[in-house]
Amino acid sequence: MEPTDALSLARAQFGLNIAFHILFPTLTIGLAWILVFLRVKYARTGDATWLAAYKLWTKVFALSFAMGVVSGITMAFQFGTNWPGYMNRVGNIAGPLLAYEVLTAFFLEATFLGVMLFGMSRVPGWMHLTATLVVAIGTTISAFWILALNSWMQTPAGHVAADGALIAGDWLQVIFNPSFPYRFVHMMLASGLTAAFVTAGLSAWRLLRAPGDAAALRTLRTGIVIAAVLAPLQIAAGDLHGLNTLEHQPAKIAAIEAIWKTGKGVPLVLFALPDETRKRNAFAIELPKGASLILKHDPDAQIKGLDAFAPDTPPVAPLFFGFRLMVAVGVAMLLLAWTGAWWLRRGTLPPKWLLWTFAGFTFSGWVATLAGWLVTEMGRQPWLVTGVLRTAEAVGRISEAQLGASLTGYAATYGVMLLAYIVVLTHLAGNGAGDADVAQAAPAAQSAKGEAA
Amino acid sequence: MTLDLPLVFTVLIGTAILAYVVLDGYDLGIGMLMPAGDADEQSVMVAAIAPFWDANETWLVLGVGLLLVAFPVAYGVIFGALYLAVVAMLIGLMLRGVAFEFRVKAEGWHRELWNWLFWFGSFIASLAQGFMLGRYITGFESGFGYLVYALMVGGGLCGGYVLLGATWLVLRSEGALQRKAIAWARWGLAWVALGVALVSMATPLVSETVRDKWFDFPRTLGLMLLPAASIAAGVWVWKTTGCFARGERAAEWKPFAGAVAIFALAFIGLAYTLFPYVVMDRLTIWDAAAHSSSLKAVLAGALLVLPFIVAYTAFSYRVFRGKARKGQYE
Repeated sequence: MEPTDALSLARAQFGLNIAFHILFPTLTIGLAWILVFLRVKYARTGDATWLAAYKLWTKVFALSFAMGVVSGITMAFQFGTNWPGYMNRVGNIAGPLLAYEVLTAFFLEATFLGVMLFGMSRVPGWMHLTATLVVAIGTTISAFWILALNSWMQTPAGHVAADGALIAGDWLQVIFNPSFPYRFVHMMLASGLTAAFVTAGLSAWRLLRAPGDAAALRTLRTGIVIAAVLAPLQIAAGDLHGLNTLEHQPAKIAAIEAIWKTGKGVPLVLFALPDETRKRNAFAIELPKGASLILKHDPDAQIKGLDAFAPDTPPVAPLFFGFRLMVAVGVAMLLLAWTGAWWLRRGTLPPKWLLWTFAGFTFSGWVATLAGWLVTEMGRQPWLVTGVLRTAEAVGRISEAQLGASLTGYAATYGVMLLAYIVVLTHLAGNGAGDADVAQAAPAAQSAKGEAA
Repeated sequence: MTLDLPLVFTVLIGTAILAYVVLDGYDLGIGMLMPAGDADEQSVMVAAIAPFWDANETWLVLGVGLLLVAFPVAYGVIFGALYLAVVAMLIGLMLRGVAFEFRVKAEGWHRELWNWLFWFGSFIASLAQGFMLGRYITGFESGFGYLVYALMVGGGLCGGYVLLGATWLVLRSEGALQRKAIAWARWGLAWVALGVALVSMATPLVSETVRDKWFDFPRTLGLMLLPAASIAAGVWVWKTTGCFARGERAAEWKPFAGAVAIFALAFIGLAYTLFPYVVMDRLTIWDAAAHSSSLKAVLAGALLVLPFIVAYTAFSYRVFRGKARKGQYE
């Protein structure tokens, strides 16, 4: 494959768009639920510090949500413009799932986001709390539909052939296809962890500048506690997801583990440089019988290598390294979250080195999530829909010149947006909830107390 | 009873696109008017649309999503032909969307930059949408004349959005800004009148199908109701804004209602002109329709959910009724 042909450009563009887009929903799904927590805390205590924290984090949410919305619209168009073969073949399944996402989630989120952001002084407290909750539910419903579609592409089920295309035979089987429950749980936990680390990281950043900021200390605690609970759950869920993948997409696992040849008592490759042309690993450090033990819970079990699936095998090196990056970041997040939780038990401000570490880990969830998605999406290749449609069959007839122009345009726009986003986010967090908000909050706190009583 | 599903979906898609054009039209119009206001006025102008723009934009996603579901073949043809215009529109919408957030959080020249990008994004998105419409009407024929025609439709749509934005602002602002908005509305109306007149004259020239459809006596006589009603709506906007300009009391919703009527009438005219084609002269809605099983699945959901969407949209407009104020939604 030439690096400049239309298929590569189309894939590069789609990869860029989806990688940029996924950053923001990953953050906002989890953050929406953290906002519900802050809003409930304020409603129950009437404490202005909770309100200040809520107001600051709704700003972060609004900014991230807007980034997700505008990049998501691009995705909606690209399914059709860049992959017409996809819509022609499986449009009868993908279309309704996407339409349901718009109907049941997008309007809900967008409308109640307005009430949540700007309606606090215009609607009763309970209604504002409900709006916050509805936004969180909306983001979760959105994830449900899009992950149902993505999982169906990985492990299609419930479809029948009709007139050269596929239609749904059983919608429940389509939606709850074999990998969907695992992928949904894995992604929701990823979102929770991403939001928890952004919350903890930006709060730590604020505390380094203003150690006395009560709101920042509370959100630091909130982030750390959520992370400490979710990190071990995520590792367990990830393991189960891996076993599910072994059952339904064994070629993906073979590529992740860089197992080239089918055999018994297969070693676990800890590190290697996979060599795609010679189909073997260079500089391999292996644990004897490790892969058989982990994947089949039997040291002498047979594991299918990539040779069993040739020629339909995914690229090995990106999966091998992407998976290890995800696991490494995940384990580091677990260790850091537990260290933080251990310090929190003392009830004092954590030491500076720990705050710096949390600040450094602010976007760790993004790194792990992107690595994980890279593994799962590239691991599906050469299929766009496993066993049903090849990526190469789906690509459209947009000329290379047009694709080059659009790719450049998107890359430049995303570059500007991401730079501005990170500058504004650190700026917002660095300034904290601010005295102005706390002062404004004081009279409102009175009425909230009355409301609670 | 057998339901004509492609026809039902044509109506649904049309409704969603009309809702988008009117609702996001006033957002984009205000975006294009931004440079005409001073810093305080810009703050009010943004406050007049901030709680709504996101939901408004969702109608575009619904319209395009339903087109994808119902007429996948047409979708591929349309957006394949309009590829770069779509990219331009999307980049415009992206810049406009994030500028809402960035302009209030930035200071100094950064804020000025995001104000400029807010205007630029709104303008590019509007122009691209009109351009796409122009290309669509002519069935994506290539040639210099068709390009000029598409640009003319693009320019006309920008004027229409400015009219919607200005009349929305008449409803949502007061004092000096409201007086400015009235003047903008009248300029916008003149621009729309010129645009509609030019496009109406040019369309039968560029398309034989349109010529046959429009000049088919005696149906043409009935069809004349549309331009007549459009002229009446235009006069209504001119007169009601004139009342304000002379300092007389008048209902503030009237100019906006008139502007919406102009859009609705133009839309009906367009629908009549194109029907039954989903791709002009090439694909009818029945040729291009998806499998009935997926249409039924989506229709059931749409009929169930759309009443809720309308209800909570109405709720949101009720919550945010009244005049917008500076810095209110920042």
